[in-house]
Amino acid sequence: MNGVPMAHGLVLAAVLFTLGLAGLMFRRNMIFMLLSLEIMLNAAGLAFIVAGMAWDQAEGQAMFLLVITLAAAEASVGLALLNQLYRRFKTLDIDTASGMRG
Amino acid sequence: MELAFYASGLVAVLATLRVITSTNPIHALLYLIVSLLAVALVFFALGAPFAGALEVIVYAGAIMVLFVFVVMMLNLNAAVTARERAWLGPRTWVGPSVLAALLLVVLLATLQHGDIGRVIEGDTLTAKAVGMVLFGPWLVVVELVAMLLLAALVTASHVGRSVSREADSGRDGA
Repeated sequence: MNGVPMAHGLVLAAVLFTLGLAGLMFRRNMIFMLLSLEIMLNAAGLAFIVAGMAWDQAEGQAMFLLVITLAAAEASVGLALLNQLYRRFKTLDIDTASGMRG
Repeated sequence: MELAFYASGLVAVLATLRVITSTNPIHALLYLIVSLLAVALVFFALGAPFAGALEVIVYAGAIMVLFVFVVMMLNLNAAVTARERAWLGPRTWVGPSVLAALLLVVLLATLQHGDIGRVIEGDTLTAKAVGMVLFGPWLVVVELVAMLLLAALVTASHVGRSVSREADSGRDGA
């Protein structure tokens, strides 16, 4: 065998993305939801790298750089929200923040 | 290169599975770091060393350490783990897992019908090529990403302010 078929890399990205999506749907703790979001973003970055390497173009890695920046921005805002949730409700259960106060 | 790809891909999937099923937040974080390192090895195996190094330094190094700091600030204890275990009954995870599995089937079927017969030889694309793209035709995108990071900084420092100061400013605003 010589080289990795592009389909295998994309299958790995799809599996990781689906695992992250399942985790996002069935967890109620906000930490685990943020971790699942990170998994999904990482899987998207993996798909970019696989596609970029299959066509021997550097754009895939450049796009991965942008995905990683987006993940950093999302993580910082999400962790600030998590901190605020814990301070106000003393719990990380996302359902406690389901009501609005107008 | 093939062995490295398949072995680290397997490690990534297994570690990710443990992330979403773990009940202890710190254990989940450490499993996620293992998964990210495995994905970085996948990048090295595919011939993208710059992306692999970024994955280790920025993702596993910076973002995950931020998560670890926040989780340590929250002072979680055994009661949290027990509650997580109570939340993770089969009634909770069967439905979403079936939906996600269906989505995976659709994704794989789409992949099978797509034009993706290419094979990745593993020729290295170094940081020089990436830099030529980023600071040549993609310069505007780099500037936009800088503004995104600035917006994230402002948002995080606004949302993350302490409650007492927030109450004061709320009185002033009203």
